[in-house]
Order: sequence, then structure tokens, then C-alpha cells
Amino acid sequence: MTLEVLLQGLIGGLLMGFVYALIAAGLSLIFGLMEIVNFAHGEFLMLAMFATFWAWALAGLDPLLSLPLTAALLFLLGIAVYHGLIRWILGAPMLAQIFATFGLAVFLRSAAQALWGVDFRLVKDPLVSGRISLGGLFIGLPQLVASVGALAAFAFLYWLIRKTETGRALQATAQDRQAAALMGIDTQWMFALGWGIGAACVGVAGGLLTIFFYVFPDVGASFALLAYVAVALGGFGNVPGTLAAGVVVGVVEVMSGLLIAPTLKYVTVFLIYLAVVLWRPQGLFGRF
Amino acid sequence: MAPALRWGLGALALAALLAVPFVVTQPYPRHVFISIFLYATLAQAWNLLAGYCGQISLGHAVFFGTGAYTSSVLGKELGLTPWAGMVAGVALAVALSQLIGYPVFRLRGHYLAIATIAVGEIVQTLMLNWDWVGAARGFFVPIKRPDSFVNFQFHQSKQTYYYIALGLLLLALGVARRIERSRTGFYFRAIREDQDAAASLGIPVAAYKQRAMAWSAGLTAMGGTFYAQYILFIDPESVFPLSLSILICLVAVLGGVGTLWGPLVGAAILVPLSEGTRIYFGGTGKAIDLLIFGALIMLISVVQPGGIMALAQRGRRRTG
Amino acid sequence: MSAPPLLEVRGLTKRFGGVTANREVSFRVAPGELVGIIGPNGAGKSTLFDLLTGFLRADAGTVALDGRDITGLRPDMVSRRGVGRTFQKLKPFTGLTVLENVMVGAFQKTTDPREAQEQARAALASVGLGGKEDAHARVLSTGQRKRLELARALATKPRLLLLDEVTGGVDQGSIPGLVELVRGVHAEGMALLVIEHNMRVIMDISQRIVALHLGEVIGDGPPEAMARDARVIEAYLGRAYTREAPERPGA
Repeated sequence: MTLEVLLQGLIGGLLMGFVYALIAAGLSLIFGLMEIVNFAHGEFLMLAMFATFWAWALAGLDPLLSLPLTAALLFLLGIAVYHGLIRWILGAPMLAQIFATFGLAVFLRSAAQALWGVDFRLVKDPLVSGRISLGGLFIGLPQLVASVGALAAFAFLYWLIRKTETGRALQATAQDRQAAALMGIDTQWMFALGWGIGAACVGVAGGLLTIFFYVFPDVGASFALLAYVAVALGGFGNVPGTLAAGVVVGVVEVMSGLLIAPTLKYVTVFLIYLAVVLWRPQGLFGRF
Repeated sequence: MAPALRWGLGALALAALLAVPFVVTQPYPRHVFISIFLYATLAQAWNLLAGYCGQISLGHAVFFGTGAYTSSVLGKELGLTPWAGMVAGVALAVALSQLIGYPVFRLRGHYLAIATIAVGEIVQTLMLNWDWVGAARGFFVPIKRPDSFVNFQFHQSKQTYYYIALGLLLLALGVARRIERSRTGFYFRAIREDQDAAASLGIPVAAYKQRAMAWSAGLTAMGGTFYAQYILFIDPESVFPLSLSILICLVAVLGGVGTLWGPLVGAAILVPLSEGTRIYFGGTGKAIDLLIFGALIMLISVVQPGGIMALAQRGRRRTG
Repeated sequence: MSAPPLLEVRGLTKRFGGVTANREVSFRVAPGELVGIIGPNGAGKSTLFDLLTGFLRADAGTVALDGRDITGLRPDMVSRRGVGRTFQKLKPFTGLTVLENVMVGAFQKTTDPREAQEQARAALASVGLGGKEDAHARVLSTGQRKRLELARALATKPRLLLLDEVTGGVDQGSIPGLVELVRGVHAEGMALLVIEHNMRVIMDISQRIVALHLGEVIGDGPPEAMARDARVIEAYLGRAYTREAPERPGA
């Protein structure tokens, strides 16, 4: 276990961390708005990855080029899911809310399996490939691009939420639904928008991941679980907080894989989740 | 319905169930019945914690697997009869449940649900890597012949398995019924409805959650031991997976969470449905039945979170 | 006060970040006494209740019931020592029937379901909800829910009852009935600590009033004295409130 290997792992974890952060940001946004955990978030990611893959396989579109398309597609999916399902369970008992998105997750995953089978798929010869060397350390170019892309998307999201009027309306709705409504903000539209943007985040992350990651129906599961941890760590509802949280999760994942055992890396991450929600429920940075 | 009539119908139903193996002699249909009883038992156990007490666990397979592995390992290493192994499994599962409950019950709602998923995943991962019990390869329960009750193995026919499974179900129903009418049951439901109000009335909330957890884990572990002795092969994939935890919930939710008969109703519908889709759709059957399950879960949560029992209540109120 | 106090609060302090919700709050409640707590919004009244009943941890100060320290005890332990409470934001067990709601309270004193049922019935009758036993709690009106919550707390047979907002959110016509209810409970010998915004009501029923302002006790005495206390008046910016002849139905 040389320093070089450790540094290599650190960088890898950092890069993946930005992708995790983007996925978690979508989840956090939705939760901040209506206190609902989207248990189908991983499946949104999976669908984004499949969309990107099929765009490449059927139309020859490189994942980077189809990115805006995937983001738009997922945006629409988010809004559709809101209007078709979530809207009806806003006031329902918590068990019903959990099961609604859980049922959606099961449904989407098995639909993917039924439609496309369980085979692992991979985009071949993407625009971005190979690796660069940085002082003796190697960084995969796809991973770097994905990471930078995720960071860029995250920055855009931050700008959207903090600096635009729509973003402020979203913040207002998240902080006090009734007050926001009294100020003339259309809460229903805010909720739908939240789902749309949250799904679009995952769409971008999925598109970027497809450059180098295998695509298969169950792929969303592990990413989703890591995203939950990142959301808890960053503070439920705290979108900017998920950036640091995502990086922490990414680094811990890789490091525990290196230092403890590859098969146990998720165990460490989950233990962190438990530790965070028990000793610092508000996360590292508190709520929105 | 008059109590006398209710008891009469109940006795009739029980008699019918007892007579089934004499009418149904093919192994496959008997297997379906056994599956229904097993899932109903597991769902009823989950129902105690989640339905009555309101603590949503999405990682209950942990206790199922604990029961399965404990009795199997003790049987192999010490030659212990699976019945004693079952007791040990229950004890271990209960102890584990208290350990898990202590930190996890400080959480509520979604946070609690995710924490239980995390615990389930951690345990499954650990079991997948624990060589002594076979890790991912699994564990074959040593075959013992001839058929014997003490060894809890019957190879000639499924008849005895049927009765044991039925017995487990009746036990679970009995426990649930007893709790439902007692102070414990009231306290469970108060905690479900409003924890703070419950505390203000003198209910030690954490202690009662742990109690619900203990009953729930113990019954689930019994199901695990039964499964191990029935299938005679266990591995982390079959007794610890998240999908099993979800299936248990689904059975209870479909039938009616927080009701006495919900879990049985749910199992009676889901198990044949699952078997049916598997036969009908062949290879992709796995995905199709999950597809239907997913749609069902969504439908129930939107239309009638109370499940079929609640639908029946509504119907009765309209006509009655 | 010759008899030892039932409730003794000393120097109770609670801070939330930069805000001091309760600062050095001290007062006493004698056995069987009805003490009203008044104060403008934000005075720290509900925080006080949460501190007394264990829902919040105090930063300083002590609470003693019958001479025994109950500071920092969990809510269920405080309840079992004999302190009952209602909540400003009502908390009925909506999935249970009215009778079942009160039975939960009654179960503190018995483990037998039949006995709990009897006790619950009695408590419901005493608050005037006798006919609604089998109704689901969620169909009750606000006034009925207030009665339900009172019955539920009464079923635990407390020695001190904390009522958080008796008339809040209730229509004018129902107020006299609720007031009579509280009087009735008091007449049975119960000690009561009542938070109430309706000045008329609180001045009417209280034997003593503790006035809070910005987390501090600014007055502690009989209603007439409080109505004329300069600090209290100043806190409320209201005119001096003189005790009028209370309007009784049918009078």
C-alpha cells in the first residue's frame, strides 16, 4: 500500500465524489421541498444511463453530445412522476409515501429488466477516452470529464437556486410552503419543478457516467444508497451541502476499499450514514 | 357478525385448512400453500413492528437469515436438533434486534427506513464474506434420513411441512391477536399515531418499540429456521436480500397494515400471483411479477394505503 | 403558603442559540391551586410547559414535584410521577376511536383492558363526550378534540394538570362549556397550570396568575393585582382589565 496507490485512490474518490454530489443534490432538492425521499432516485439514474446508451447504440450519439437530451428527458420524467404519482400522496401517511416511490423503483427496475434484459452494456469508443498523467499519477480522462461535468452542473444548479427568481421561489416553498403560497407562488408548480430539476440532475450524472460505466437494470441501486448517505451527511434539504458530502462519501468509499477490503466498502459508507443520523441528524451543514 | 357465528366460521376454516393435505396431494400445490403460510407468518411478524407500532423496517430479512443460519450452523457443528436451533435462532435474532433498535429507533419516518436498509445491506455483505458459514457459496443443511420430526426433515412428502408452516402461522396470528387486545397493543398503536402524545401519557416509547422489535424479530427468525429445513440450502442471496425485506412488507401492505388478517390476505393473493406469473412468463417471469408488484405497491399507496382489509371495511360500511 | 408546594420551579432557563426562551423562571403551585400563565406571543409559555414535562432539557434550574426533583426526566417518567398535559397543537390518536384514545391514558393506572375501558368511559362522560365513544378521533371538531385530549390526560389520574390553550381555535359558543369543564376538574381538587390567551377566561378561573414576558417572570399574584400591575399592562399594551361579572349561561 504505497503512498502512490493511496493518492491515486484519493483522486479517484474525489472525482467520483462530484458525481455522487450531483446525484445527491437532486435527492436533497426534492426532500427539502416536500419531505419525501425519492426511493426511485437510483432508477432515474439507471434510465438516464440507458437513454444515453441507446442514443449511442441506435443513433451513434456520443454520451457527451446526448447530454442535453438526456437531461431534458429526465426533467420531463420528473415532472411526469410528480403529476402521475407524487401529487396524490402529498398528504398521505408516511408509509404510503415510502411505498409509493418504492413501488416506482421496483416497477422501473423490472421494466428495464423486462425490456432490455440483465446484460451489462458499455459504450465503446466514446469521444473521451484514455488517461492523462499528473506528476506520476494517472487520471482517467472519462472520469475527469464526468467529474468536471458534474461540478459544472452542480454550479449551474447552485446559481439556479440562489440567484434566479425561480430558484428563490423554490427556496421559499421549501422553507415555508404556506407563506410561499400566500406570496403568490404556485406551490404545485414548484413541487413539479423540484422533481423535474432533481431528475435532470440525475440525468446529467447518468449521461456522464455512461461514458465509462457499465449500464444494467440494477446499476442505480448502489449509487442511490450512496446518495442517501451523502444527503444525510450534507443535511437533508441542504443542496450546497451535498457537494462536500458527496466528496466525503466518494473518498471514504474508495479508501475503505483500499484500506479494509473491496467487498466491505459499502459497509463503511453505511456505518457513516448511521453515525451521522444518530449523532448529528442535521448533517454536517444543517438544513437549507 | 355475532361472536358465535365468527367462532363457527373460524373453526370451519381451520378444519378446512387442516384437511387440505388430504385433498391436495400433489407436491407443487402443497408448496404453494406452504409458501402462503410462510409469507403470511413473516408479514404478520413485520406487521407487529411496522403496522401496529408504526416503525417501518425495510431490512427485516436480517432476522430471517439469522434464524436460518443459526439453526443450520448449530445443526451442522453441534448436531443440535433444528428445534433447539430454532430457539437459539430466536434468541440471537431478538438480541440482534435490540442492538439494532437501540440506535435506530431514535430516528423516525424516512430516516428510519433508510437506516434499516443500511443495516440489512451491511449484514448481507458481511455474510457474503464470512467464510466459516460458506460466504457467497451458501450452506447445505446436512441431509438426514429417514424422515424424522426431531431432525425436522421430511423427504417423502410435504405433508408435515404443511402442518408445521400452518402451526407457525397460527402462532403468529395468536401472538398478534393477544397483543392487539392488550395494553401493549394499545401502547404500540399510540406510539404509531403520535409518539410525543404517547410519552405524555406515561408510555416509555423506546422500551415499547424494542418490545415490538423483539416479538417481530423472534417470529421472523422462526420462519427462517423453517425455510432452512424446508429448502435444505441457504445462502445470503436467498435469506438476507433487500428484495425479501421488501416482499415481506408488500405482503402486509397489500393485505392491510396494522390489521390482524391483512398479512394472510396479502400472502394468499401475492404468492399464487407470483407463482402464476412465473409459470406464465417463463424466463422473464422474475421481472414481470416484480413489475406487477411495483405497480401494485404504487396503486395501493395512492388509492388505499390501508390495503385490502381497508377496502373491505369501506365496502362493509356502505352496505352494513 | 403553609402546605409544601406541589410544584416548585426554580431558576428555569432555556436557550435556543441566541434566544433565551426562558430566563430564571421561578414560581410555585400549591396542591389544588389553579394557576394561570399569561404572556404575549413569544413570552416562552409553551417552552415552559415543554421544560416542565420533559420534552425539552433545561440549561439551568430545577423542577420539583412534591419535593422530589423531576428536572430532566423523560416525558413518560414525568407523566408517571403525576403530571398530565394537553398540547397547544392538539395530538389526538387519529387512527383510534375516541374510547381507545382515552384508554391509552387509562392504561397508565391499570393493565387490564376491561378496567381501562371503564375508566376511559368515566373520563369521557366527565368531559361530555360520552355519546361519541366509538367515533374515530379524526372526525371530531376542535372543541371536541380539546375535550378528548383533556379526558385522555385525566385518565392518567394526574395530580397536576398542565393545560396548553384551553380555548384556542374554538368557536365563541363553545368557550363557556370548556371553561365549566376546567372549573369542574379544579373543583375535584386537581391542581392546574393553565396557559390561556383569552384574558376574560384566565382572569376568571385563576386563583393566581404568573405573567411572562420575553422569557422572564414579570408578575406573580392574584388576578386583580396582575390586571393592575404596571409591568404586565406594559407588556400587553392593553388597558387595565377589571374583573367584570362573569356571564353565565341562563343567568
